[in-house]
Amino acid sequence: MQAILENWPLWLQGMGATLLLTAVVTLIGLPIGILLAGMRVSPVAALRVVAAVWTEVARNTPLTLVFFFTAFVLPKLGIVLDFTLGAVIALTYYTSAFFGEAVRSGINSVPMGQAEASRSIGLGFGQTMSLVVLPQAFRSVLPPVINVVIALVKNTSVAMGFFVFVLVSVAQRLSNQYGDQSLQIFVGIALSYLIITVPLGQLVDALERKWSVQR
Amino acid sequence: MSGSVLFDAPGPSAIRRSRILSVVFAVVAVVALALAAYQLWLGGAFYQDRWDIFQDPQLWFGARGLMVGLGTTLSIAGIAAVGAIILGVVFSIMRNATKAWVRVPTTIVLEFFRGMPVLLMMLFILIVFSTGAYWAVVWALVVYNGAIIGEALRAGMKSLPKGQRESGLAIGLTPLRTTLEIELPQAFRIMLPIILAQLIVLLKDTSLGYIVGSPEIIRIGRQLVDFYDRQGGPYALSMFFVMLAIFLAINLSLSALVRLLARRMQRPRRGGPNLDGTKTEAIPVSTQMLREIKDPQAEVTRLPGAGMPGGGG
Repeated sequence: MQAILENWPLWLQGMGATLLLTAVVTLIGLPIGILLAGMRVSPVAALRVVAAVWTEVARNTPLTLVFFFTAFVLPKLGIVLDFTLGAVIALTYYTSAFFGEAVRSGINSVPMGQAEASRSIGLGFGQTMSLVVLPQAFRSVLPPVINVVIALVKNTSVAMGFFVFVLVSVAQRLSNQYGDQSLQIFVGIALSYLIITVPLGQLVDALERKWSVQR
Repeated sequence: MSGSVLFDAPGPSAIRRSRILSVVFAVVAVVALALAAYQLWLGGAFYQDRWDIFQDPQLWFGARGLMVGLGTTLSIAGIAAVGAIILGVVFSIMRNATKAWVRVPTTIVLEFFRGMPVLLMMLFILIVFSTGAYWAVVWALVVYNGAIIGEALRAGMKSLPKGQRESGLAIGLTPLRTTLEIELPQAFRIMLPIILAQLIVLLKDTSLGYIVGSPEIIRIGRQLVDFYDRQGGPYALSMFFVMLAIFLAINLSLSALVRLLARRMQRPRRGGPNLDGTKTEAIPVSTQMLREIKDPQAEVTRLPGAGMPGGGG
């Protein structure tokens, strides 16, 4: 613990990078995810197919392999990205599929009668989605979306292996410096992750409790 | 909600419009892909010499070949999956313990394990216990996924009707045996799709071994690229596609299996013959009847006052 306290600027740098990566990827990935979910229920077959393929491929590829592509393959093809930008692209691609699935499960949880009712009073696909289904889906979407963000916080750690300085890198660097304190250092860094993930998890529980009563 | 409710069954003009949109979209997608492919072609991705290394059996089956890497990946995943399920069962029992001094620390530990990245745990085990990369990956995956499976099993047990536990206790089983023989099997059945989905995540997470240095497939792939690049043309992209294909083939077939299982679980259970093919019969109610069923030839000892036919003694 001492080692972390002594090197608090380093810790702060790692924490900042982790939070920044999470925020940027959420801000870009969530709209893509919503778009993917919308495409998957849309009337146009081509859109459905594209969204389904994107989702399935992204979800079944290990994140390490995606990073391998942005950090290792692209430079060999002459496309040299900043490592942080590469991490953002890799994480966004990977996470957007999970956002999309979370949103889709929320759309699916809106009772069928709602869509039927809005269709029977003459609303079209766009109106049904934007006025009736999505506003109701929002409350059941939020908990799984936050769960995806929690997973994202943990997934940012993979960036460490591809030359981006995040919270895990702090643990590695400090434990190299202070070999005798590595146990405390790792527990400290793990707690640092928990500072982010546990409150988010509590939020999910609270939202689920609050909103499940009303349905 | 199936998509069909969201829009009308398309009439002739809507079908035409949808078809036109599909075609336009497909054309746009094809053009985009073609542009990307052209870009890659400029970079030389499709030259014969970008793929010729895959004809080399050494690349697949050599001492440090792709198949060896795949074997490492699968063996890590296999060992970790078994360990994670066992640990998950233990965790779920401890998490449900009646004694607060067991339950509360377990809850905290589970929360701790689930809230940190697996990669951090791998590094931790690697550096603090210096187990070597292979076992660091295995142990980290066992602990992390054990915590998640434990939580899932606990949720499954919680979703059971109360009567299950009560009747288990009522027929004289100890609380532990009630959990093991009545609750856990049912919870396992309910949660099987979730547990299997988690095991696929585990399989994907084995690739984190790339970072801590265990010789799994992506690491091997990278070493092979470095090796063959010295003999000509960059092979990184073709290697990436090969590894992507391998992972997709494995994971998609496992996912399909999970989906099939999930669908079978949802089907209501129907009465039918027992698993061994015998017909279901009335349940014997006394231990004596049970003994007679098990072994009809056995000398049946009866209690002295039970009255043997023919008035014994």
